[in-house]
Amino acid sequence: MREALALKDHRSESQIYVERAATGAVVVLVLFSLLILRVGYLQTVQYSDSVARSEKNRVQVVARPPVRGLILDRQGVLLADNRPSRNLEVIPEQIVNMEDTLFHLATVLEMSEEETARFRRLSGRTTRRFESAPVLFDLSDEQVARFEANRFRFPGLSVQAKLVRNYPQGALMAHAVGSVRRINDRDAASLNATAYASTDHIGKLGVERFYETELLGQVGYDRVEANARGRMMRVLDGVKPINGQNLTLYLDAGLQAAADRALDGRRGAVVAIDPKTGGILALLSRPAYDPNLFVQGISHQNYNALRTSMDAPLFNRAIQGQYQPGSTLKPFIGLIALGGSTVTVSDSIEDPGWYQLPGNERLYRDWNWTKTNDGGHGRVNIEKALYRSCNVYFYDLAVRLGIDRLSQDLKQFGFGQASVLDLPDANAGLLPSRAWKRATRKLPWYPGDTVNLGIGHGDILVTPLQMAAAVAALANRGRWVAPRMAQNQSFEDAARSSPSGAGQLPEHVWEPIIGGMEKVVHRGNQIYGENGTAWSYIGRDIEYRMAGKSGTAQVVAIEQGEVYEASIIEERKRKHAWFIAFAPIEDPKIALAVLLENGGGGSEYAAPVAREIIDYYLLEGAGGRVPDVAMARRQ
Amino acid sequence: MSGDFVRRLPGGATSFRNHRGAFTWFNLDPWLMLILLSIVSFGLVVLHSASDGNWVVVEAQLVRLGLGFGLMILIAQIPPYFLLRTAPLLYGLGLILLLLIYPFGTEVNGSRRWLRVPGVLNFQPSELMKLFLPMVLAWYFHERHLPPGLKPVLVSCLLLLVPAGLIIVQPDLGTGLMIATSGFLVLILAGLPWRYMLRVGALVLISAPALWFVIKDYQRGRILTMFDPERDPLGAGWNIIQSKIAIGSGGFSGKGLLNGTQSHLDFLPESSTDFIIAVLAEELGFLGVVSLLALYGLFILRGLMMSLNAQDTFGRLLCGSITFTFSVYVFVNIGMVSGILPVVGVPLPLVSYGGTALLTLFAGFGLMMSIHSHRRITLL
Repeated sequence: MREALALKDHRSESQIYVERAATGAVVVLVLFSLLILRVGYLQTVQYSDSVARSEKNRVQVVARPPVRGLILDRQGVLLADNRPSRNLEVIPEQIVNMEDTLFHLATVLEMSEEETARFRRLSGRTTRRFESAPVLFDLSDEQVARFEANRFRFPGLSVQAKLVRNYPQGALMAHAVGSVRRINDRDAASLNATAYASTDHIGKLGVERFYETELLGQVGYDRVEANARGRMMRVLDGVKPINGQNLTLYLDAGLQAAADRALDGRRGAVVAIDPKTGGILALLSRPAYDPNLFVQGISHQNYNALRTSMDAPLFNRAIQGQYQPGSTLKPFIGLIALGGSTVTVSDSIEDPGWYQLPGNERLYRDWNWTKTNDGGHGRVNIEKALYRSCNVYFYDLAVRLGIDRLSQDLKQFGFGQASVLDLPDANAGLLPSRAWKRATRKLPWYPGDTVNLGIGHGDILVTPLQMAAAVAALANRGRWVAPRMAQNQSFEDAARSSPSGAGQLPEHVWEPIIGGMEKVVHRGNQIYGENGTAWSYIGRDIEYRMAGKSGTAQVVAIEQGEVYEASIIEERKRKHAWFIAFAPIEDPKIALAVLLENGGGGSEYAAPVAREIIDYYLLEGAGGRVPDVAMARRQ
Repeated sequence: MSGDFVRRLPGGATSFRNHRGAFTWFNLDPWLMLILLSIVSFGLVVLHSASDGNWVVVEAQLVRLGLGFGLMILIAQIPPYFLLRTAPLLYGLGLILLLLIYPFGTEVNGSRRWLRVPGVLNFQPSELMKLFLPMVLAWYFHERHLPPGLKPVLVSCLLLLVPAGLIIVQPDLGTGLMIATSGFLVLILAGLPWRYMLRVGALVLISAPALWFVIKDYQRGRILTMFDPERDPLGAGWNIIQSKIAIGSGGFSGKGLLNGTQSHLDFLPESSTDFIIAVLAEELGFLGVVSLLALYGLFILRGLMMSLNAQDTFGRLLCGSITFTFSVYVFVNIGMVSGILPVVGVPLPLVSYGGTALLTLFAGFGLMMSIHSHRRITLL
């Protein structure tokens, strides 16, 4: 306890304190200088970098989508426009508990299981921080009201109005115009992300796909000031979007509707072309589907129903359906033969009702062949061979031409290639040749193949669109016009798509063939076996001159694997009915091809359809009467 | 001349009161008052902007400041000898309250820091310890020869480590460390031999790696994030990245009050509390930061002068440790916001929005005033 007893030395204790306090003051000075140096470093050396980063924090670029261009028919009828849709959008970062949110939301909006599943799938799709993703589409007024009333329970969710594609004509134009779809992950990978920023849809089919760039327009943007939670505070500046161009088609909505009425619910296709321009006036494939179903994403149930339907409504018969042309090929074979002087107009043969290749037992029958062998058409020249649709004449002619000339010269009418300018999904059909058969079947070309080709049977396949384009060239007396959907579009590759050899047939070939086709329709009141094949069905009271040709195509095969009722199979085994026509003969305004799947005889079933359509076009539509369907949606 | 002698004259000398006016009458130091008012006013301007021009926040802070000044004036009236006598008692009381947390404390965010007497009181005992620990150490050294020998050093370390440890295990590492620091500062000012400090320093350096495995995950994360904020830019690093951007983008003279985008668009977290210096730096730039540091410097200067004028060891040590602790708060806060120290949740004294810590500060100023005004002789 010595320490305790000793006297305190106050002076020295005070001295110690002064020393220590002075040291402390120096340390504080050093530390404060360090702070000043640090802050000074941040505010000078790091200044511009920090300013840039604070700007990047503050300013967000928000894309403004352009409005997709309208699609109009030749008279201004809307085929595709845009309608407002209220979608529910989600910012995943702001959702506290996804399961709770979904549970309550499903109750408030009465969501189906499928909608809930879709919500989950779509909400995982955003890539940017605080980016919102649409998860529910086309909310009803009631749903919007119920959501807004419960909004406090759903942070991170909001209702946003957007414009989406609308097809006012529904199924009628589905195969003609095509449709847009939501951009999916696979699309997104190959798209220009900037051009499609905040655009949700892309043209997937038909004209919508081909003219995607023009219809889309150019994206604009706003530079907005946003806070850390992504909330927009104010717009700083920006660039307005340039809306997509409107697209006017050659299509005639009234004619399309008339074609639809004429088909009367049967499966088939109609393609009508203006021979002067190549513009496609009608492009109908039935059955069809409502393209509006696809715009916001089709439900699995609906999609499966469409996909598995035996009638294949998703299948575009007009441009993708490939059928044997049957007798509708005959006029074109005739043109080739006359052009190459294989025959002349006056050459004739005797048709006993059957044809035989030299040194071959097999009989190739004419369509009116009978067991008693009293069929046949008697003496037949090329004109009669057309209006009576004489098979034997064309068997003989095909054999005389030979497969090489046939496969070479039929190209000029567009067979075997997709010559349409702006329908990307069109099929090319098939024009057989020796080389083709060797390559695909590993078989030589047999003379019998040539015989079959003479009446459009065998391997040859054409689409209704190809047939209509060939008829347009025929109506033009050889001048090829490439079929096209949109007006006022310049095609740099127009020359390329003109088939080889087009327009090189001599002038004298046209009138005999067209004359024969005229008689198909107009030659009547003759003795038995002398009337045009279609006269009794369409030729009695016709007010204009029409050239036509019927055709009947064999059904190649029934698809296996599905169990159908026997009656349905019977129906599906029936032959396809064709009719091709153009009118008026002296100044062709419309060329068309009609195909009825399993429709039966061409003259009996397909010809009246063609007549009804041409009647409408020449007698009603061209008279300036705007059809009802057009009035309803006219802008 | 001797402090002991002065201490035996209760109430101080009446002769000074007559010619020093109102300040002296209330036992206040006019210089310190002036500096405090300057810092507080500056702070209110920054807080007004940091809270997005929200006057409610400013008014609430004004009320707290009013309470703080009131508390300061009240404590300034207490004669130092009374403080000296009661220091061990208060320390004991503080320890008991810290221990009471275990059975009775309220758990908030996983740590027990608060004691609640429903309807009456709601406070953190650690706040009291911020003052009681320096007081008890000053009292302890007051009674002993300085510089202290090994035994007093060990005893004082024990006095220091018990409350600091109790607070750290709450867990509240930041406050625990700050309290330990304030006690340690008393030791240093009392003349703790440098050789002890060197030995302890070496020991700490050696044991630091071991410490790494003792501290909690979030604390480890804070340290890692300090060295490399980009490690976790949207999580732990976010605060420090955004505050550095805020400071840096202020430049020399700043973006102007209420114009700071980092704070007003909520990129800067805790912008009116712990990170308020970043708002100041963004809106008033380098000039603003240096001005505030200058005011703090003046405060420290005045505090040191007051401690040098103190009449006895108790007064010197208490006054000096409060002053230096204050400067440590300033350094740690600005250091953490500018990214040279880990984020430890220390407010910027007198400027950050917040209650309890502010009152503790003013109580400390009250102690300084009491020591300064109840003296006989002025040296500086």
